[in-house]
Amino acid sequence: MAYSEKVIDHYENPRNVGSFDKGDESVGTGMVGAPACGDVMKLQIKVGKDGIIEDARFKTYGCGSAIASSSLVTEWVKGKKLDEAAGIKNTQIAAELSLPPVKIHCSILAEDAIKAAVEDYKKKHQ
Amino acid sequence: MTKPALSFPIYLDYSATTPVDPRVAQKMIPYLTEHYGNPASRSHALGWKAEEAVEEARENVAALVRCDARELVWTSGATESINLALKGAAEFYKSKGKHLVTVKTEHKATLDTMRELERRGFEVTYLDVGADGLLDLNQLEGALRKDTILASVMFVNNEIGVIQDIAAIGEMCRQKGILFHVDSAQATGKCDIDLQSLKVDLMSFSAHKTYGPKGVGALFVRRKPRVRLEAQMHGGGHERGFRSGTLATHQIAGMGEAFRLAKLEMAAECHRIRVLRDNLLAGIRQMEEVFVNGDLVRRVPHNLNVSFNFVEGESLIMAVKDIAVSSGSACTSASLEPSYVLRALGRSDELAHSSIRFTLGRFTTQEEIDYTADHLRAKVAKLRDLSPLWEMHKDGIDLSTVQWAAH
Ligand SMILES: Cc1ncc(COP(=O)(O)O)c(C=O)c1O
Ligand code: FES
Repeated sequence: MAYSEKVIDHYENPRNVGSFDKGDESVGTGMVGAPACGDVMKLQIKVGKDGIIEDARFKTYGCGSAIASSSLVTEWVKGKKLDEAAGIKNTQIAAELSLPPVKIHCSILAEDAIKAAVEDYKKKHQ
Repeated sequence: MTKPALSFPIYLDYSATTPVDPRVAQKMIPYLTEHYGNPASRSHALGWKAEEAVEEARENVAALVRCDARELVWTSGATESINLALKGAAEFYKSKGKHLVTVKTEHKATLDTMRELERRGFEVTYLDVGADGLLDLNQLEGALRKDTILASVMFVNNEIGVIQDIAAIGEMCRQKGILFHVDSAQATGKCDIDLQSLKVDLMSFSAHKTYGPKGVGALFVRRKPRVRLEAQMHGGGHERGFRSGTLATHQIAGMGEAFRLAKLEMAAECHRIRVLRDNLLAGIRQMEEVFVNGDLVRRVPHNLNVSFNFVEGESLIMAVKDIAVSSGSACTSASLEPSYVLRALGRSDELAHSSIRFTLGRFTTQEEIDYTADHLRAKVAKLRDLSPLWEMHKDGIDLSTVQWAAH
């Protein structure tokens, strides 16, 4: 399978790899996928007092497109409000990375990971 | 002294196909431009010359597998040979019974042909293998019935390289009067094949896994005791009516030369490749959480199939893009299902997703193996740094106890 240049770039130079402390009050963690399906994505956001996402981290087990999708969204969520971030659509990710149809589920996983991270943060602050 | 320069990509996918040996290519060329006659033309010298080449090739193939040249039928490859053997025998012998037996780890050429026979009203039993990839003979015996007409088992598995006990299976089938077909596409030039002693009735061969050209193969059809088949390709009655169609002289000459060279060089080549494979394995085993898939002893030396736990196979293939290998990961296939062969060994889905198949061959060098092992260690480490599963593993979390969010 041929990959787009953007997938290769994110795959070779992934942005924002790593982990925040899950227990930190300002951190929201989303973990989606399952090893049996061949993909697991962990996405974390760090949210400022003003409700703006200051920083993000990810770790992904999955194909190159899954790694690229998660790397891309860590960049996109920074500077966004929680609801804006949760509004990111998989189609935007797939379009940006020129993902072929068989790789669309990798972008869906990234969308789900953001939603899960936002959800986790909101739960901590109810 | 300087080391020979590596050229990229490093080819470690010899089970997918092999390059044509330059000596084989030389043998083929005159039959395209010079001796272009139709081997079936009896009326002039060009035809005789072509026929001579076809028969010389038949002798060379027969010599490698110790059968009579008259027991070989030329085909377009192992897929066609398997189709002819299974459909041809099933249709011919269906009045004796309509049950066939095969194994879950067979190549798709066998499994899909069996599915077609099921659609035609035959019944097929698909046997499991053990965690080592090998067929249990007691289980086979239990599956054979009064109405079983044929069993089909591959000699060497294309994904994990394990060697089935063809001699013992043959004895069992012969004793019960059941025809035995063996897919030897991956065995020629790697295993001793002695059709004088093996109780095998039908055997399929391919040229392009043994340094011959793509698009040519052969089917062995035993004469004593005689095996009958219903032809699947009708026409001019070539190949004693088993397979009509003008013979591809250059392809056949290539297969003959490839098999002649295999016979000459097999012993030394297997020894050399085993050393390289063991070096590759030693280099890989310096890492934690690496698992060899399939039995390591009852296996051809050319194959190493390994799972790198917590690293997904397709991302690893992408990381080592200057090394040509294949993966059992679902992500490399359109179906998004991980390898059915590894699943049949009872490997967990995640280990199946994390597998890479390395297959070595005639032109593999120690320098290539060193580069591959070094490169893999670096890339696996990088991908594990990226892997949430590796992080959890390092934190002492047992992944099998985690509740995953299904999607
Ligand atoms: C075990 C096995 N059987 C059959 C085949 C099909 O061979 P061919 O490509 O000659 O049709 C292959 C090759 O893909 C194989 O590995
Ligand atoms: S993670 Fe499997 S295709 Fe993307």
